[in-house]
Order: sequence, then structure tokens, then C-alpha cells
Amino acid sequence: MDAILAQFFNLEIMAKALPLVLKGLGVTLLICAVVIPLGLAGGLLAALGSVSRNRALRWASIGFVDFFRALPPLVLLIFIYAGLPFAGLRLSPFAAVTIAFFLNNSAYFAEILRAGLLSVPRGQGEAARSTGMSATQTLAWVTLPQAVRNVLPDLLSNAVEIVKLTSLASVVSLGEMLHAAGLVRSITYNASPLMLAAGLYLVLLWPLIRVIGRFERRIAS
Amino acid sequence: MDVFLDTFLNPAVLAKYAPAILEGAVVTVILSVLIVLSGIALGTALACLRAYRVRPVSALIVVYADILRALPPLVLILLFFFGLPNVGVTLSASLVLYVVLTLVLAAFAEEIVWAGITATPKGQWEAARSTGLGFTQALGHVVLPQAVRMVIPPLTNRAIAITKMTALGMVIGVPDILGQATTAQSFSANASPLTLAAAAYLVLFLPFVIASRWLEARFSGPGG
Amino acid sequence: MSDARPGHPALQVRALNKSFGTFKVLTDIDLSVDQSEMVFVLGPSGSGKSTMLRCCNRLEEPDSGEILVGGAPLTGSGVNLNAMRQRIGMVFQSFNLYPHLTALGNVTLALRRVQKLPRETAEAAAREALDRVGLADRAGHHPAQLSGGQQQRVAIARALALRPEVMLFDEPTSALDPELVGDVLAVMRDVKAQGMTMLVVSHEMKFARDAADRVIFMDGGRIVEQGTPEQVFGAPREARTRAFLGRLHG
Ligand SMILES: Nc1ncnc2c1ncn2[C@@H]1O[C@H](COP(=O)(O)OP(=O)(O)O)[C@@H](O)[C@H]1O
Ligand SMILES: [Mg+2]
Repeated sequence: MDAILAQFFNLEIMAKALPLVLKGLGVTLLICAVVIPLGLAGGLLAALGSVSRNRALRWASIGFVDFFRALPPLVLLIFIYAGLPFAGLRLSPFAAVTIAFFLNNSAYFAEILRAGLLSVPRGQGEAARSTGMSATQTLAWVTLPQAVRNVLPDLLSNAVEIVKLTSLASVVSLGEMLHAAGLVRSITYNASPLMLAAGLYLVLLWPLIRVIGRFERRIAS
Repeated sequence: MDVFLDTFLNPAVLAKYAPAILEGAVVTVILSVLIVLSGIALGTALACLRAYRVRPVSALIVVYADILRALPPLVLILLFFFGLPNVGVTLSASLVLYVVLTLVLAAFAEEIVWAGITATPKGQWEAARSTGLGFTQALGHVVLPQAVRMVIPPLTNRAIAITKMTALGMVIGVPDILGQATTAQSFSANASPLTLAAAAYLVLFLPFVIASRWLEARFSGPGG
Repeated sequence: MSDARPGHPALQVRALNKSFGTFKVLTDIDLSVDQSEMVFVLGPSGSGKSTMLRCCNRLEEPDSGEILVGGAPLTGSGVNLNAMRQRIGMVFQSFNLYPHLTALGNVTLALRRVQKLPRETAEAAAREALDRVGLADRAGHHPAQLSGGQQQRVAIARALALRPEVMLFDEPTSALDPELVGDVLAVMRDVKAQGMTMLVVSHEMKFARDAADRVIFMDGGRIVEQGTPEQVFGAPREARTRAFLGRLHG
């Protein structure tokens, strides 16, 4: 029992790790702030493509989505970060993470937004067009708001997944929260910094998970 | 173009490391199958246990599911791999990966199957109970089969997402596809092993991604 | 017309009370249904008809009172509820067929799992029950492949196959398209002809006149009036009954 406490809940080591881990948390949030909007934008484009009437565009979009849903994000990240330099393209860890997660997140957001777009009755768009609104206006003011509302819990769940995904950035030495905690662990040979990071992830994400659960139940009933 | 081929699809490198990556693929497949089977079984068992609505038990299950869904799997992998040996529990890297991803998938599967159980109409319980089936029989023979059918699409998606995470094993030295590929890449000073790894993942997972799309079109889950 | 055996009660309800929270749904219900008797329950929506029926196989738990089936208590501690429920068939307004099982699977499930019959015996009993409701040829169909009327007949077969002593029907035809009602009523008539004791909540007045031995009128959680169909329909004593029947006939 004491060994467990000393190994996982060493407050002294946690206190020492705290500044670095908090700085890492800042980087984690920064990655999210960049990658979530980018992923939403890319996802929307791919979603629109996947419900388009243009056959080629539709298949290209679906191909894009399935490709990146099948490829593990860590493989993509390592390919970009460690593979591209062999071809003379050396990216910073942050750039590599941004590109890899943009591609991965776009695919997942696209799949969700596609379901949202398909859930809006066709008559909605037709009604908007019949009042003289352009295709873009119809999308922005009529179709998309309803689509987003219908899949809001899924969009939020995916945002939670993205926050968790940022931990992969530690593999390419980007100093986000897990990387910071892992660094202190490797110096102290003690797992408490990892527990600290885990605690912060919980503080960050548990409320979100609860809220999403409530949303889902409301929609189900 | 030649530079590109030489870097990413170098025939000599590909030929040399293909066997290693194939070995990695076997590891990935075995781990994936085990994780899917045990994760879904454990998650379904927890959802069934929760159906008995014994307060402390349900609360424990909810807390378990919430925590395992909120934590990045990589955090758990590192905790298990680096933390446990110091308290006298040493698991191999592959075992750590298997245990962590099974626990994570079980958490998601519990929530998904539970949603299916609560979405099954009350009349199904009543019809079953009115013919004399006990609670457990009604759950097992009437409600659960419908619940599981209802949640096959989200369960499939989640199982794919989590088996893909076997790639995280590379961080602790599991000799799976990505592990083999990164080793090969550093030996060969060439990106071709990574290309091969990406291709291997696509070959393994693309069929399931496409199948999940088909399932989604065929079944409709609760509330959709 | 009546095959009922007076003095041989199959189902007895004594001083039944039931509330949902502070809302009193049933007040002092006393009711006895004789063997082979068909009793019809009428009353405005919300008067507690469903709740009374559901108490009769304890899908709702009564607050107080006593319910006996063939003289054996259904309520109280030490009752083997699942065994007792085999003696009381229930037919629901919304059928509640198991969508993942075939018609045959729906009927055999309790035979095999509760009565523990071997598969062949259970299937033979199920086919016989399906035959009685005229659906022997649909045994392999799933509920989604059947019409509403056929689904309700399978649900009747599911209850019948357990050879219950009493059958409860909660508005068995009110979820059906009008042209499908007749088939279900015909099955019910046939079940009665075979001597089944039946307690039926329904607003099929013509059927009640033809087939019921007794009609009960409920309002506000109480039994307000009862008698033969001729009495209740022809010369209702209570003003509330008259008002209800007047509204029903438009
Ligand atoms: N589970 C329940 N919880 C709270 N109120 C209920 C419940 N079931 C029925 N009620 C209420 O009890 C009253 C009687 O309902 P019910 O027995 O279904 O009437 P009927 O079948 O005659 O229409 C209604 O006011 C209904 O709203
Ligand atoms: Mg009713």
C-alpha cells in the first residue's frame, strides 16, 4: 500500500512536476485550439463533398474520409514527422502534429457532419431556396444549423477524443502535458507525474463527458 | 519523382523489411482480435450488471466508464508500463497494451450497450415478464439481443477506433506493425518501412471502415 | 350464451388500491371473474383500466389488496411470481412482440425458458397455438413481416401457449387499422368458445354486446356500475355511464 502511494501519489514529486505539467497543459490546449477549428472546417468540406450530387466529388470525399479513418493517427504523425525529412521536408513537431491531426480530425468530423446533413429533411432546403436564398445562404442559415444541432453530442464527443489525441504529440517530443509528465517521470523514476497529468485530463474532460451524456439522453427521450 | 520513389517506395528496403512488418501485422491482428473480443464482452457484462440497478454497483460502473473514457489511452499505457513494475507488477509491453485497450473498449462498450438497453421499449420487458420470464431471462433472451442489434454501428466504429490504437504500443516497444516499421526505418535510414506500415494498416482496417459504413446504412441506432 | 360457471371464480380482486405518487389511480376495486366468463371493462381514458389489468399480473405492484388466481394468491410475500404469471396470459395494446424472434420464437420462448420444455415439445405446442389463431403458415415470419392484426394474433398465441387459466386483454384492437380488427375479435371469440376466462378492456361495443357475459364501467379509479351487456348498454343506472356511452355513440 505504501509502495503504491509512493509510486503513484508522491505529492512532493507532483509538486515539483506541477509547473512543467501545467505548461504542458497550455500546449495541449493550444494544439486543441488550432486543430479543432481546422478539423471542423476540413470536416465540413468533406461532408459537403460526400453528400454532393457530383459523383466524382462524392467518391473522392468518401475515399478521403475512409482512408484517414483506417489509418492510425500515430502512424500518420510519424510518417509526417519522421518520414518526410527523408524527402527533404523537415517540419517542426507542432507543424507535423497540426497536419496529422487536421487530416485525422477532418475525417471524423466529416462523418459526423455528413450524418447531420442527411438528417435534415430535404423540404427544409427546398423551402429556403423557394424564398430566393442562394445555395450558400441556405446551407449557412437553414441546413447547417439544424444539422449541427442534430449531431451536437457526437461533435462534442469527437472534441473530447481530440483532446485525448493530443497526448500522441508527446511521441514527437512536442511539449504537451503528457510529454511534460513523462519527462519528469523519466528523471524521478516515479509515476506520480503521470498521475498528475491523468488527474488534469479528468478535470478537463469528465465534466464534458457528463454534459454530453445528458445531451444524448435528452435527444433519446 | 525518382527521389520520391527512392525515399518512400525503395524496392530494396521494402523487400528487406517486408517480413518484419508482416510479423508486426500478425502481432497487430492478434492483439486487435483479443482486445475486441474481451473488451466488448466485458463492456456488455458491465451494461447487464448495471441493468439490475443496484445503486452502489451502478455508480461504480459509471465512474469506471467515465474515467476510462476521459483519460487518453497513452496515459494509461505509460502508467501501467512504467508505474506498475515499481510496485512489483511487471507486465510485458504487449500485455500492458492488451489490458489497457481492453479496459478502454469495455468502458465505451458498456456505455453503448447500456444506451441500447435503455432504448429498448418498456413493453418488451413487460411482455417477457408477463409470460413468466425472470428478470435475468428477460434481459438475456429479449432485451439484450435487441439492444446489441441496435448498437452494432456505434460499437463497430468504436471497436475500430480502439484497435487502431494498438499502434500506440510502439511507444513502449510492442513489436506491432508500427513498432517494426520505426525500427526498420531507423536501421535503413529510409521512409519506405513507414509507407509499408501505413499500407498494412490500410489493408487491415479499410475493409472494416467500409463495412461499418454499410452497417450504418443498414441498421439505425437509438435516436437515429 | 354464457358458459360461465358461477361460484367458481378464476380471478378474484379484493380491495385493490393503487397510487402513483400522490395520485390515487385505483380505489377499493373488488372484482370476481368466474371460470369461462368474459368480462368487459369500459371507461374513459385515464380511469385506471390498464392499471387494474396490469395489477392482475403484477406488472404494477398494488399498494394494498389481494389478488387470487384459481384461488391461489398472486400478491403477498413468498409467491412465486414467475410461476403465477404462467397462469395469467396478457395481451397488450401495442402487441410487444419480440422483433428479433420469429412468430414461432416468440411463442416458444417462455415454454422453453420458464416451463423448460424440450425444443420439439415447445415447438409443437407453439405451432398448435399459432394454428388456433390461424397463423400456422406464418411461424417463420418475423414481426416486421406481419400485419398489425397478425402480430396481435401471434401475441395472443404467445399467451395461449402457456395454457393460462385467465387471459387479460388491454385494448387489443385499438392500435389496429379498422379492417384488421375483425380477425382479432374472431380469435378472441374462438378463445372464449374454448372456455377461457377473459378480462377485456376494449371499446368494441358491438363485440361486447355479442360476446361479453358481464360489462364493468370504471371511472375515476372505481367500479361505478356493472351488469349484463343488456343492462349496462340498454338501461345504465349511473349518470356517468350514460354520459360515457352517449359520447361513445357520438
Ligand atoms: N407509471 C405511471 N406513473 C404515473 N402515473 C401513471 C402511470 N401509469 C398510469 N398513470 C396514470 O394513472 C391514470 C390511469 O391510467 P390507466 O390505468 O392507463 O388508465 P386507462 O387505461 O383507463 O386509460 C392516468 O391518469 C395515468 O396518467
Ligand atoms: Mg389504458
